Amino acid sequence: MAEKTYLQAISDGLRQEMRRDKRVFVIGEDVGVYGGAFKVTLGFQEEFGPWRVIDSPLSETAIVGGCTGAAIMGMRPVAEMQFADFISCAWDQLVTVAAKQRYRAGTPVPIVVRLPSGGGFSGGPFHSQNPESSFAHVPGLKCVCPATPEDAKGLLVSAIEDPNPVLYFEHKHLYRRIKAEVPDERYTTPIGKARIHREGDDVSVITWGAMVYTADEAAQHLESDGVSVEIVDLRTVMPWDKAAVLESARKTSKVLVLHEDTHTGGFGAEIAATIAEEAFEDLDAPIKRVTAPDTPVPFSPPLEKAFIPQVDDVVAGLRDLAEY
Amino acid sequence: MAIAREAEPVGSLSEVREAGLDREDLLGIYRNMLITRGIEERGHILYKQGKIPGSFYTGRGNEASSVGVATALGPDDVGTPLHRDMGVHVTRGVEPWRIFAQYMGRADGPTKGKDGNVHMADSNLGLLAMVSHLPAMLPVAVGCALAFRIREERRVAVGWFGEGASARGDSHEGMNLAGVRRLPVVFICDNNQWAYSTPTHLQYACETLADRAQAYGFEGVVVDGTDVLAVYREAKRAIEKAREGGGPTLIESMTLRMEGHAVHDDAFYVPKELFEEWARRDPIERFRSWLRDNADLSDSEEDEIAAGVKRLLTDAIQRAEESPLPDTSTLTDGVYATPDELDTPHHK
Repeated sequence: MAEKTYLQAISDGLRQEMRRDKRVFVIGEDVGVYGGAFKVTLGFQEEFGPWRVIDSPLSETAIVGGCTGAAIMGMRPVAEMQFADFISCAWDQLVTVAAKQRYRAGTPVPIVVRLPSGGGFSGGPFHSQNPESSFAHVPGLKCVCPATPEDAKGLLVSAIEDPNPVLYFEHKHLYRRIKAEVPDERYTTPIGKARIHREGDDVSVITWGAMVYTADEAAQHLESDGVSVEIVDLRTVMPWDKAAVLESARKTSKVLVLHEDTHTGGFGAEIAATIAEEAFEDLDAPIKRVTAPDTPVPFSPPLEKAFIPQVDDVVAGLRDLAEY
Repeated sequence: MAIAREAEPVGSLSEVREAGLDREDLLGIYRNMLITRGIEERGHILYKQGKIPGSFYTGRGNEASSVGVATALGPDDVGTPLHRDMGVHVTRGVEPWRIFAQYMGRADGPTKGKDGNVHMADSNLGLLAMVSHLPAMLPVAVGCALAFRIREERRVAVGWFGEGASARGDSHEGMNLAGVRRLPVVFICDNNQWAYSTPTHLQYACETLADRAQAYGFEGVVVDGTDVLAVYREAKRAIEKAREGGGPTLIESMTLRMEGHAVHDDAFYVPKELFEEWARRDPIERFRSWLRDNADLSDSEEDEIAAGVKRLLTDAIQRAEESPLPDTSTLTDGVYATPDELDTPHHK
């Protein structure tokens, strides 16, 4: 056990899997000599060689399509998109080929696509997005969004082990900011199992990724008002832990769904709809959503700050619910 | 001035023997071409009878190309054939009754009714099922080759695309990555001159698509896709070159799509004279007459082969019709794979 950043945890998990399983290889833009745009694979090429840490041309379609072919041939590819935003260039390979191959042709496609996502540093419209809901909507894909260093490692190992295409959303704003104890040994974090980040009795926040920390700060504010907030960290949005969400909703009877992605059709809508369908009679207030607005991610710091849900936005939402 | 090499037609039996085919192989190729066309002709009738739902695509005119390439594949090689490449499935040994079951949406088709028409493949025979988005399977074929290269296996992947799909980015990205990494992959462009109603001059502006190979750092070859032996020879050469570490080859196989895009399409936009010209170069008739002139194919042998194919297909249709329609309880099965499914020779 040692204290690690979120980024080190991803890197350690990947390195461990590559050491124990020769089928695992990494491919992406600048992942080899340079060690990746965020240095997740720093030193990997020295250890594993140029055919297991492959610097690809600037070709997201070829990266993801290539991973699909290699996976069907028995490899366990881990692709890196330099930024999650660039996954749009490989949409067809993921959604048309990889996601549907098992259902229609009986061929499993065990690939992992790592997606550095999220905003908070003036990355602008093309280096800040959180596209998980687009892919959660596609049958055949899995989407994981770890919030803690421990889950970052455990979910990466699970994603590599999983016989399906898994999109691994790693939030850039957590990379070096978040540190915690991470077990040294190999372990998995189950895909589809939420984590209670904070126990509480009065209001539930359902969230994932970097918003877990925003929710946590907001909960601390509410605590001084005498309102006890429960935070459910979904960890994975497809599959998602419906049982844990419904249990928390039934316990507190008031739910706020929080995500950094934009509002309409965001994954929060699915969660809210499910709670309304299955736990309506347990609710004491309408379900509230706190999300980014329906705009591209803006560049300029004040605009971006207004775009990404802030602690104050969550505090206001929680107060509304507490007073309802 | 074209850059790609233009393949010579195949001449004598001795030349064919040099390419590794004996007389039995030649008759096998002929038979596979007849089965290929027979499946599509009989399938078309079943479609008109309302026994096949959805749409129906044929590869008439492409039998030499698909069978020729597939014959050149080694047993452990893999490929991603498309909707004009029925001959690949036939040559690799997919049983015709399962193909009819697939067309009819039956439980015993390779996709168990989950997908239709030629969107199928038997992965145990080294084939990967195509998608409609062409040429999305080219980068996938490149990925198969990447796995072979990483593991240093002497295996080759073959990726198919058409001249229409050559206009899409996947073909560029796939071929570029293959060229950069000198991967053991062979690209087959079935150039049948029409992408639905769009002729070649509205699809690309270079003289031949094989010319593009040079831009990717490998060899391009144009071959007459109605000459099964020339297709075989060029495919074999390219596959063995890739196996020996010589990198990719792009083979452009020239044919004419002798029917519409699918059977609903009467192809009114294709000049009649073009159909007449290419009908005189029918790949099956061409090979039959070559066999008679060069390999002593007799009337009785010819009749025997034709009768065997007819029987095979009649039995196949009957067996396919006996196959049940899928139970609707299977609707949501198999969206996600389970870990035990990776317990295969490929995945160990």
